[in-house]
Amino acid sequence: MKKNRILAAAAAAAFATLAPLPALADITIGVSISLTGPTSALGIPTQKGIALWPKEIGGEKLNVIVLDDATDTTKGVQNTRKLITEDKVDVVVGSVTTPVAVAMADVCAEGKTVQLMLSPANLPPGKDGWSFRMPQSTAVMAIPIVEQWKKLGVKTYGFLGYSDGYGEAWLKDIAPLAEKAGIKLVDTERFARSDTSVTGQALKLVAANPDAILVAASGSGAAMPHKGLVERGYAKAKIYQTHGAATMDLIRVGGADVEGSFVSSGPAVVAEKLPDSNASKALGVQFKNQFEAANGKGSANQFAAHAFDVVLVLQKAVPIALKKGKPGTPEFRTALKDAFETMGRTPVSQGVLNWTAADHFGYTPETGVMLKVVSGDWQVVP
Amino acid sequence: MDLSTAGILLLDGVTNGAVYGLLALATVLVFAVTRVIFIPQGEFVAYGALTLALLQLGKVPGTIWLLLALAAVAALLDLADAVRRGLPAAAMARGLVRTLAAPVVVAAVTWWAAPLKLHLLAQSMLTLAIVTLLGPLVYRLAYQRLADASVLVLLIVSVGVHFALTGLGLVFFGAEGYRNPSFWDARFSAGALTLSGQTIFIFVASIALIVGLWLFFGRTLRGKALRATAVNRLGARLMGISTSGAGKLSFGLAAFIGALSGLLIGPTTTIFYDSGFLIGLKGFVAAIFGGLASYPAAALGALLVGVLESFSSFYASAFKEVIVFTLIIPVLLWRSFQHGHDDEEEQ
Repeated sequence: MKKNRILAAAAAAAFATLAPLPALADITIGVSISLTGPTSALGIPTQKGIALWPKEIGGEKLNVIVLDDATDTTKGVQNTRKLITEDKVDVVVGSVTTPVAVAMADVCAEGKTVQLMLSPANLPPGKDGWSFRMPQSTAVMAIPIVEQWKKLGVKTYGFLGYSDGYGEAWLKDIAPLAEKAGIKLVDTERFARSDTSVTGQALKLVAANPDAILVAASGSGAAMPHKGLVERGYAKAKIYQTHGAATMDLIRVGGADVEGSFVSSGPAVVAEKLPDSNASKALGVQFKNQFEAANGKGSANQFAAHAFDVVLVLQKAVPIALKKGKPGTPEFRTALKDAFETMGRTPVSQGVLNWTAADHFGYTPETGVMLKVVSGDWQVVP
Repeated sequence: MDLSTAGILLLDGVTNGAVYGLLALATVLVFAVTRVIFIPQGEFVAYGALTLALLQLGKVPGTIWLLLALAAVAALLDLADAVRRGLPAAAMARGLVRTLAAPVVVAAVTWWAAPLKLHLLAQSMLTLAIVTLLGPLVYRLAYQRLADASVLVLLIVSVGVHFALTGLGLVFFGAEGYRNPSFWDARFSAGALTLSGQTIFIFVASIALIVGLWLFFGRTLRGKALRATAVNRLGARLMGISTSGAGKLSFGLAAFIGALSGLLIGPTTTIFYDSGFLIGLKGFVAAIFGGLASYPAAALGALLVGVLESFSSFYASAFKEVIVFTLIIPVLLWRSFQHGHDDEEEQ
């Protein structure tokens, strides 16, 4: 009796492990993103974007496994190991959270599997051999802001950013660009998303009276500091927001106080308003129509767009890699990495990518778009 | 720094301090009566602010499903208890009605009223009712059976309840934050100081609540029963005071205070499903000032935390939280030197 039960359990276990194993020659993508925890605001729209992935790529059937890393580095690493060793995925996608994505990079390099990061994580040289970024680096997104400042004759600026990696990355990337343009940083202040007020920081920044203030925050968290600055009498038209804030949530929460302010953004969220010459326009419009048909009007944001772009780069790279090996083999995985590094200029909905062996960020300077909030909607600043 | 800057910072600090003060009072109250260090206090703040935000959008807030689910489970447990003790059917029915009536009525009213987009004040009342009813149910399900466990066990349960409520908050409200409309849009200026209507509202509500609590504890039988339970649980029980009833009442009050704080703070900042934790933690730091026992000391501590936070965000914004939470160490040192070790429950 007891033996039978053990046998049954063993059989069940065997089936359980067999079930997710794909048939040979299917392309398997393993996704590990933050569906719960503090950065779920980024992970949830990404998941909705993944739900719209096609059934096949390059004539091969596509299997997708989505796991939740709970915004936890340990969980992210566990997921990645599972995806690589048990599910034998061809590509790892994720995470949307920078520290988690960084930790996953090591595991992917070890398993010689390409990682398509959904976060603009900076990795030390030599560590990102198998990791490619889907979002733009902050350095690329800082370009349109500094260009705009040059155009308007801005001489000084203040910085109000998250006291975390996102804020740091922005400060680190915009400071040299601005310095080269002769624009001086007069005050640096920090805050946290869960803070109840930024009165102290706003008072100090407004007293320093810079020609512009950059707020480095994301989603609806970017609205509170913005309102704080306006409340202390700072001009709305002199406040700049980063691409992390380029969602309708900023306008929803910020209301009248964000009117006339500037936001640096990837092209996808405003695709239909871009000039026809923009390489991302057609793809961006396609993404928006597809995503909003499934999730409702005004739901498209940059995180879902990155998920859309994953398919675009795979559609270009997979046919190249298929010539060298079958999916599910180490040859295919290596070929895929080589294909990414050599496929050249690739327009996606979020800009124009050009990955090389040395540059795994790859967005070209033409990527960023400057937006202005006009009557509760985005307007592209030419 | 000139005087006007200092004035603005002070006002900002006292405003936030008033809200922390309410949470500190709730923390002290819950600890005194039940010995629970109630970490999820802040979750009620987020639940309050976000339930109102969803009502504002004309949606049915997910909190009512939680309310119904908790009430149903509590009713089942009560029923099982009653069957085991062999109570007559009439008593069982009375118990069931007592547990289920209020949650079902409040949920039904919310279900009916949500799409109507009632006046802000009516929606606020509804929000208070929903969140307040959650309090006793949380006590019933998570703590009542463990009422005699050690403080440490209760603390661990609190951590679990905190994670559960935060996770449910994500399901109910989504990951993005909301900002509620102000209760009173007026603005008054005196020199460089601008006093918004909401700030006045916060002060008035805080003072009213403190006076209300004082009257409740000093003048009413139920309040006195709570105080008696806080002083000596066993003694109170011998006098015929139900300790589980006192626990439920104190959790109800804590939930009410949390929800009220959420309504007060909702218009001044963006509230996320997980914002409550940090706000509640600052209330906890303030409560430590009173050694989790003294209400006036906790209220003073809250004002100090608020003002310290406001000034440190001006001088060293990157280290603001560090400064606020480091405050707890000298306070603990001072308290332990002053009082020595008097952990009565270990004896």
